[in-house]
This record gives sequence, C-alpha cells and structure tokens, in this order.
Amino acid sequence: MTGCAKRCKQGIIKFAVTLHKLVTGTLIKDKADDDLEMTMVCHRPEGLDQLEALTNFNKRELQVLYRGFKNECPSGVVNEDTFKQIYSQFFPHGDASTYAHYLFNAFDTGSTGSIKFEDFVTALSILLRGSVTEKLQWTFNLYDINRDGHINKEEMTDIVRAIYDMMGKYTYPVLKTDAPKQHVDAFFQKMDKNRDGVVTLDEFIFSCQEDENIMRSLQLFENVI
Amino acid sequence: MAAGVATWLPFARAAAVGWLPLAKKTMPKPPVDNSSRSDEILYVNVSGVRFQTWKNTLDRYPDTLLGSSEKEFFYNEDTQEYFFDRDPEMFRHILNFYRTGKLHYPRHECIQAFDEELAFYGIVPEIIGDCCMEEYRDRKKENQERLAEDTEANEAMDAPLPPHSTPRERLWRAFENPHTSTMALVFYYVTGFFIAVSVIANVVETVPCRPPEGKVKDLPCGEKYQLAFFCMDTACVLIFTFEYLMRLFAAPSRCKFMRSVMSVIDVVAIMPYYIGLVMPENEDVSGAFVTLRVFRVFRIFKFSRHSQGLRILGYTLKSCASELGFLLFSLTMAIIIFATVMFYAEKGTKGSTFTSIPASFWYTIVTMTTLGYGDMVPNTIAGKIFGSICSLSGVLVIALPVPVIVSNFSRIYHQNQRADKMRAQQKVRLARIRMAKKGTTNAFLQYKEDQQLGDRDSDSTALCVKNRSAFEHQHHHLLHCLEKTTNHEFTDELTYSELCMTESVGFRTSRSTSLSSQQGAQNNSTGCCPRRARRRAAMRLANSTVSVSRGSVQELDTLQVKTTSIPPQNRSSLNAQPRDLKLNCGDQDFTAAIISIPTPPANTPDDSPPPSPAPGILRNTRATAFTHETVKISSL
Repeated sequence: MTGCAKRCKQGIIKFAVTLHKLVTGTLIKDKADDDLEMTMVCHRPEGLDQLEALTNFNKRELQVLYRGFKNECPSGVVNEDTFKQIYSQFFPHGDASTYAHYLFNAFDTGSTGSIKFEDFVTALSILLRGSVTEKLQWTFNLYDINRDGHINKEEMTDIVRAIYDMMGKYTYPVLKTDAPKQHVDAFFQKMDKNRDGVVTLDEFIFSCQEDENIMRSLQLFENVI
Repeated sequence: MAAGVATWLPFARAAAVGWLPLAKKTMPKPPVDNSSRSDEILYVNVSGVRFQTWKNTLDRYPDTLLGSSEKEFFYNEDTQEYFFDRDPEMFRHILNFYRTGKLHYPRHECIQAFDEELAFYGIVPEIIGDCCMEEYRDRKKENQERLAEDTEANEAMDAPLPPHSTPRERLWRAFENPHTSTMALVFYYVTGFFIAVSVIANVVETVPCRPPEGKVKDLPCGEKYQLAFFCMDTACVLIFTFEYLMRLFAAPSRCKFMRSVMSVIDVVAIMPYYIGLVMPENEDVSGAFVTLRVFRVFRIFKFSRHSQGLRILGYTLKSCASELGFLLFSLTMAIIIFATVMFYAEKGTKGSTFTSIPASFWYTIVTMTTLGYGDMVPNTIAGKIFGSICSLSGVLVIALPVPVIVSNFSRIYHQNQRADKMRAQQKVRLARIRMAKKGTTNAFLQYKEDQQLGDRDSDSTALCVKNRSAFEHQHHHLLHCLEKTTNHEFTDELTYSELCMTESVGFRTSRSTSLSSQQGAQNNSTGCCPRRARRRAAMRLANSTVSVSRGSVQELDTLQVKTTSIPPQNRSSLNAQPRDLKLNCGDQDFTAAIISIPTPPANTPDDSPPPSPAPGILRNTRATAFTHETVKISSL
C-alpha cells in the first residue's frame, strides 16, 4: 500500500513538473545529458628519445608503431574492451576474449586498467628484441595470473583452456573436453622439477632452456616489425 | 578484417610468444617478407592536386584500385607519382576512407558522380559509414526513381507509332495523347467544350427567370425553357456517349478500362439522362429522379482528363490517405469529447440549443473549424470555458496534418513539372542529334569524294584534307574500311528515302523494327576491335533490313544502304573474290552492293569466321538497269 501511495505521489509530482514546464514554456534538458563524459582521457607518451633508450627499437620503428597505435586509439590508451575486440579479430573462429584478458593483464604492468603506448612498446620490445631470459620471464608473468611468483595447476589450466577456446569448435581432430587438462599435466610433468605442484620462475626458465624446440621457436617472431 | 587491425598484427604475433612453452609441436617457419619494410610516402596527383600518403595506408584495402597493383598503371615515371585524371574533391573522400576506415558521403555532391568515382576506385558503396548511409540510400533511391520516370516518359509519350498499328491502337493513342494528331486535338477540345456547356446549363437551369404571362411566381429557367435545355442536354449526352463508346472500343484492355476511375465518372455522368428517358412521368418516382439529376454535376470531373492540375490534386489526396485518415480520426475523437462536455455543461440551461450530444456535434465542428455560425451558443460559464478550449484545440488539430499533405502535393506537382520539362528538352535534343548526324554523314561523303578526286588529282585533296582534324581523318578511314568490309556504302537520308520509294511490293525483307538496325549500326561504327566489329557488323546486317531509323536516339551514323539489285546470280558467281568487287567510285550514282539470296538462306550467321570479309555473296556491279526488286541481305 505504501509503495502504491509513494508511486502515486511520484506521479503527481511528475505531472506538476510537466505542467510547470508547459507553463514556463522552456524546455529544460534532461539531467542525464549533463552527465556527458567531459573527461576524455588523452595520454601522450614520453619523447621519442626516451622511448628509444627504454626499448630495443630504433626511432623509425617506434614511429611506425606509434602511428598505427595512435590511428586506432586517438586517445592514446587502450582499454580492455578494445584490446579484446582487436585480438578477437585475429581469431574469428573461436573466443579469444579470455586469452586477451590475460594478455591485457600481462601488458598492463601497472594494473591501471588501460595500456598506454609505453606499456605497449615496452612489452613488444621484450617479446621481439629481448633476450631469451627476458622473454621467458614475460611468459612466466603471463601464466602467473595472480602474480604470486608461482604457477599452479589451476592457473595453467585457465591459460590452456583460454588458448584452446581460441581454436573454436571446428577442429581436426575433434577437441575433447579433457584435452586442456592433459595438456596441463604434460606441461607440469616437464616443468615441475621438484614435484611440489607449482612451477617457479627458475624451474620454468631452466626447463625451457633444456627444450631445444622452445629455444628455436623463440627466435621466430623477431622480424615482425 | 578492418583496416586498423593490420596495424595490430605485429602485436598479435609478438603475443604468440606466450604460447611457445606450451607448444606440443614445433612451430612453423615464419613467412619471409621480401617487400621493403620501410614505410614510404606515396604521391598521388589527382588532376593537379597532390596528395601524399603512406604506402601502408593504401595497402590496407588490397581489393581496391589504390591498394592493389592496379595503381601501377597510373604511375608516371617522370614525376614519380601516381596520376589520376579524376575529380580531386571526390578523391579527398576516397583517401579519407583509407585513412579512417569509414567512407563518408558528401552531401553536396551528385549521387551519380559519387557512385562513378567509387566504381572507378574499386570501392563498394556498401561500406559507407552509418552516419552517411541513410542519406546515401535516400538520394540513390530518389535518383533511380527519377531515371525510371525519365525512361518511362521517353517510351510512353512521344514515341513514334509502331509501323503496323491497327486503327484501334491508333484510336487509343489519339485518345490518350491528343497532341499527336490534329483530329485528336479537335475531338479533345470539342469534348471539353461540351462538358463546359453541360455544366453551365445545369447551373443556369436553376436560376429564376421572369415568369411567363399570367403567372406571378418566379420560375427557374429550366422550367421556362424546358425544351431548349432538354435539347442541349441531349446533345451533350450524345457526345459523351459516343466518346465513351469509342474509348471502350479502342481500349487495349476493356475490363481494365471499365474499372478505371475516368470511365466510371463517364458512366455516372450520362446515366441520369438515360434513366430519365426510361422512367415514366410518375409523381412518386420523379422525386428520386430529381435526386439522380444531382449526379449530372459529376460531369465536371470529366475535366480532369483535360486538366493536369486536377489529376495531380486527386493523386495527392490518394497518396496522403494516411494523413487524411489521421486527421479525420483525431477530429472525430475531439468532436466526441467536446460535444459530450458541452452537452453536460449546458444541460441545465433553459431553452438551451444543446438538446443532445449529436446536436452538440454540430456546435463542436463549427467551433473547431473556427466557423462560428452562432446558431448554437453556450450560456453557462463552464460552457463558455470549454467552448474556448474547443476552438483553440481545433486550430491545433487541423493544422497538424496539413503541412504533410502540402509537402506531398508540392513533390508530386514538381515531379509533373519535371516530366513536362523533360519532354520539351527531349525535342530539342533530338533535333540537335539529327543535325549532328546529318553533319557527320555529309562530312564522310565529302571525305570519300575527296578520296576519289585525290586518286585523279592530288592537289585539290590537299586543300580539303587540311580542314579536317586528325580524329576525323581516322574516323572516316574507319568508316571507309567498314564499307569495304561489308561492300555497302553510306548514303544520306534523302537518297535513301528516294530509293525506298521505288521499292517494290514484293518485299521479302523482314520489317524488323528500328531497334535491331540500331543495334547493328551501333556495332558498326563503334568497335574497339575493328576486325571483330566488321564481322559482327556483317552478320548483323545479314539479319536485319537496313532501315533508316527515324527519330532514334543514336548519336552516330546508322548504316544506311540503298538496296538495288540485279537478277539473282547462280551460286558460282557468289564465290567471287573480294577484289572483283569494286565500288564504282567514278559513278556519282553510288550504286551500292547487290544482295542476292542463296535459297534457302543457309548462310545464317554461325560462329566460324568467314575466310574473307566478303566472300562474294555481296556483289557489286556497275548495273545501270535497276530492277526494283529488293532482296534480303544474306549473311557472309
């Protein structure tokens, strides 16, 4: 009953306001319009020289990178949704959003919720021009979702499932439901030297350096820029 | 994939490092990128306006002209830039598309020009951004409608009569387009006159005239001069009946005609008279008969055949049906509401005229349309208040749908104006085309004369040659080659029509319509590949009679051939070599090729190329005796 009375009162008040508007003849804009976001985040990166010093790219490469970046994100920052969207466009068959989320966190070293050009270029510098140790360290950070210094099975399973999600449904051979789990078990078999159920950074680097395939493939993406 | 995604590809590839420790199998080799990685600036010169852009920008859309290797065709080595001889204003928008990924439609540009530019640069219009898509679609639809209208108008109105039209068709055409023949025009004006007479007679009939001797009361003229009016009415109705029957006879589809609005109006206009004739002079029935006479006023609607404005009005009302319906509905609602209110407001008053709610309807209508007769007036204060609200709201309600109707009318009216303007323009254009055609024919004939003279005397040719441009020379040479190919010659209209007069009745040629000869002739003179054009021309010639296409909208010469003939030769002579066929140039009497029929016409065009351009079926002789037998042109 009280609810009804309250609604009635609200209705009467609204009617009175409308009448008032009619009488005064002015069209008052809705309040909601004023909540337009006046704060357009616009971020400028540091100077070209500083960036060149910080990363392993030369000026020309930085220019190319920045032009592409600025064209897509005129405001100078990438937020997670845009990131997911961009990444999904490369993998239209499956769902790349989960993996993009982990990637985003890996790029966003400061956990600010958005990637600036410096973060972007720093990560790229490591991935493309960094030493083996740096690359492996970055990968470890990617897998270590909660940044506690260990990779446990759950984290690994999440990552692997995210990667398998990118494949989509139509694969050959048909994707079985326990494929991620098997994959994670194999991974831990290889990486977890002391069998304590978690993989630390040293274990990880050591195991990867043992594996020739991994070492070789790390050189694959160097000519990307 | 969207353009900008390409710029993120390096990032996506770099992020793939994250998969490497997990990989079950070895990674494939990366693709070797041979193209120069350095991003260079390209210069694009569009009609003098220089645009510069990164190569990467253009490479974003590889299936367009600028993004693919097609642009290399436009590369100018000397200036090291890509040159396009197109509109620089439009190019701005095209280039912006590459830059931003969104194609915008500039509102001030013509839609067709824009479409042409898009087609040239290989961009599909479907990717126009949402912001401009609606505008683009509207304009495009409008343009297409306009084109459809124009082609319709072209075909419909002043198209020349097809050659074999029955009297019935001619009659129908005369009725539909009065300005095609004088008789039709006369008939048109006569009927118009009689409609006016009939309507005026109806009106004057009721005017009171001076009473005849011995009477006091004023009589309406209709009763005083009953016979005169009856005679006039009879005459009008006779004319209308005759017209209706003629139309019915001439109509291509009688059922459709009988269902059409104009025909119904015609029937309604003449029915009362006949009913009046049939009905007896009975007192009871004549009351009903008088009512029928009202229908005679419908004759005025017959004017809509004569007046375009009336037709437009009718069409507008029809197309605004929804707005009118809305108007009516809202008015009805308002009337009912206000009538009820007024009735109950005025109920108590003594001697109130608001006797019932339906009675109040009248007051409400009169007030809402701001007429205010004053026969019903509220007395109470409440009644007056509501009455004033009623009149104010009436103005509002009526004013709302009116602009829509007005804009519809204006649009339709302008469309009609445009149709008329197009017709006038068309006439001028046709005249100009005819003149141009005659000019080129004459020029070509002149060229050939000069050629012949040049064979004999080289000096005089030099003079004539100077007056013609290089283009004309080459064009004439081409036409000459065509003549040699087909072994026919070009002539002008006059000569041809003279020869046509002398053709015999034994005309075995198919009277193909001007269309096929148009097609044939079109191919004759415009061929990018001369050899193929000759062959095609020859084959087309073979299957159609060459007819002078009067009033066609061709811009180039039509192949006009005079057909004189010799008695049919036997087959052996048909294989005479081309070199035996000589145009008798010395003869000013352009005897054209002679066409003989191989019976049966086995040489229908087939796809095998003829061994020589004119394998002798067309023979030319210096025939001085013309037998007036024209025969079918057989194929080569």
